[in-house]
Amino acid sequence: MVSVRGLRKRYGAVDAVAGIDLEIDRGEIFAFLGPNGAGKTTTVEILEGFRTRTAGEVSVLGMDPAHGGGAWRDRVGAVLQESNAEPGLTVRESLQLYSGYYREPRDIEETIALVGLGEKADTLAPQLSGGQRRRLDVALALIGDPELIFLDEPTTGFDPSARRTAWHVIEGLRELGKTVFLTTHYMDEAEELADRIAVIAGGRIVAEGTPGTLGGRNSMASTIRFTLPQGTGADDLPAELRALVAGVDGRVTLMTETPLAHVGTLAEWARGRGIDLPDLDVRRPTLEDVYLELTEEPA
Amino acid sequence: MTTAAARGPVALVVHQARFDLRGFLRNRQARFFTLALPLLFMVIFNGVFGDNVVGPGSTKASAYYVPGIAALGVIAASFVNLVISITAQREGGILKRRRATPVPAWVLVGGRALSAIGISLVVVAGLLAFGRVVYGVKLPTSALPGIAFTAVVGSLTFCVLAYALSTVIQNEDAAQPTVMAIMLPLYFISGIFIPNINLPTWLQHVASVFPVQHLAAGFRHSYLPGAHGVGIVWSDIGVLAIWAVIGVAVALRRFSWLPKTASA
Repeated sequence: MVSVRGLRKRYGAVDAVAGIDLEIDRGEIFAFLGPNGAGKTTTVEILEGFRTRTAGEVSVLGMDPAHGGGAWRDRVGAVLQESNAEPGLTVRESLQLYSGYYREPRDIEETIALVGLGEKADTLAPQLSGGQRRRLDVALALIGDPELIFLDEPTTGFDPSARRTAWHVIEGLRELGKTVFLTTHYMDEAEELADRIAVIAGGRIVAEGTPGTLGGRNSMASTIRFTLPQGTGADDLPAELRALVAGVDGRVTLMTETPLAHVGTLAEWARGRGIDLPDLDVRRPTLEDVYLELTEEPA
Repeated sequence: MTTAAARGPVALVVHQARFDLRGFLRNRQARFFTLALPLLFMVIFNGVFGDNVVGPGSTKASAYYVPGIAALGVIAASFVNLVISITAQREGGILKRRRATPVPAWVLVGGRALSAIGISLVVVAGLLAFGRVVYGVKLPTSALPGIAFTAVVGSLTFCVLAYALSTVIQNEDAAQPTVMAIMLPLYFISGIFIPNINLPTWLQHVASVFPVQHLAAGFRHSYLPGAHGVGIVWSDIGVLAIWAVIGVAVALRRFSWLPKTASA
């Protein structure tokens, strides 16, 4: 669906996008993740055909978006990062306007229902809440029944419940068989929605993978934390665990790549001594940890 | 149901114009500046100066002001309203979102121009009828096609100039003051607010370069004593056309569908 090789975009002396490769398959929800200013929107705007590139090969639905044309735009939908409502038009009228642009649009009422705006169909679009307006944007991108949809930071600035609703709508796109290119700077959003994630920082792809394996997350060390009772110190732990101690700061922290085995050893030792470890917790690195590590500015 | 796009480009332009018109009619501010303000100017200038006599032909000033304010009405509908609205729609990402669909760019511009021309014709008809009924300023029936033609050419010219001017305006807050800074002096020197026969010659020459005076003169021609024919003054139409060409050239070179103040 989307294939990018060595994409580069230079503004003045700065490479906003410094040579990236991407490959997105049909039916996939692909998340393009990165902090503000990392080159996400520049990349998306090149893929949408709004910006020219400095170098590299780009193919979207088998065409170069720089020469997309009407027949190509018929098959692509875009939810832009910032776009106001159509002035003076209701939800339904906005969709009537956009549906007229396509030869074979989706059904208007069905599309309104799909994004959950059924009760707001006759409300003037500028009077909708931020979350509702974003869902109208999704409906406008969907009305032409595109194969591929770009969603540029669809939930930025939303409260948690509006985000949940928006996520539900995006999940619905998967059921329609659409391919989705999602940009976001929210880790949890990518984790919740995406089949595959690429992380961009400073114009380069720094990691790519599924939410479970991104950045080697599946093989990264887990942490085991617990507080020892009075009179017992980290030195009293069995040698096997003592070697794993990463810190003693009120609580003992162990770092391990085989958390299950070591929790077993710890449990046996504690039981043997007749002590309890009521605040024991075992934690895998979150995607957030991975992301922060990947996108950290070099000091 | 076949869609506008399936019925061809003309249907698509009409489709776009219908929705642009609906948006305009629901915008209180646009309605006031386009429909009410020209009428207000008409009442004020005719109330203050209407019974004076203008120029060597001893024309009553009201016969001078009615066509002049009609020109202002066309400019309000096609230029002032459009510059503000295009800039706001560009900065709000609305133009960009429309361009992400298969609709051709010229359809969006054409639909906008068509709605502006429609509004201009209604405004001109209303102002001239008001002048006829309230101030007794008569117009020969034979001049109506010429007036309509001049209104369409004038509206189209100012639409194109609106697209051209919007390219140098950074954001919607700057649109209204910029338009006013350009138009107010032109209204004063182009015979809209004061008969330009009262101006120094050099200022008359300055005014004759710009399209405002020629649109007003085009409308005024049929009101002059002894006017006959269809009422089209080709020299005035010619100057308007030259400005339209300049506008198209600037717009084609500089017009962007993307917000100027975009985030990275």
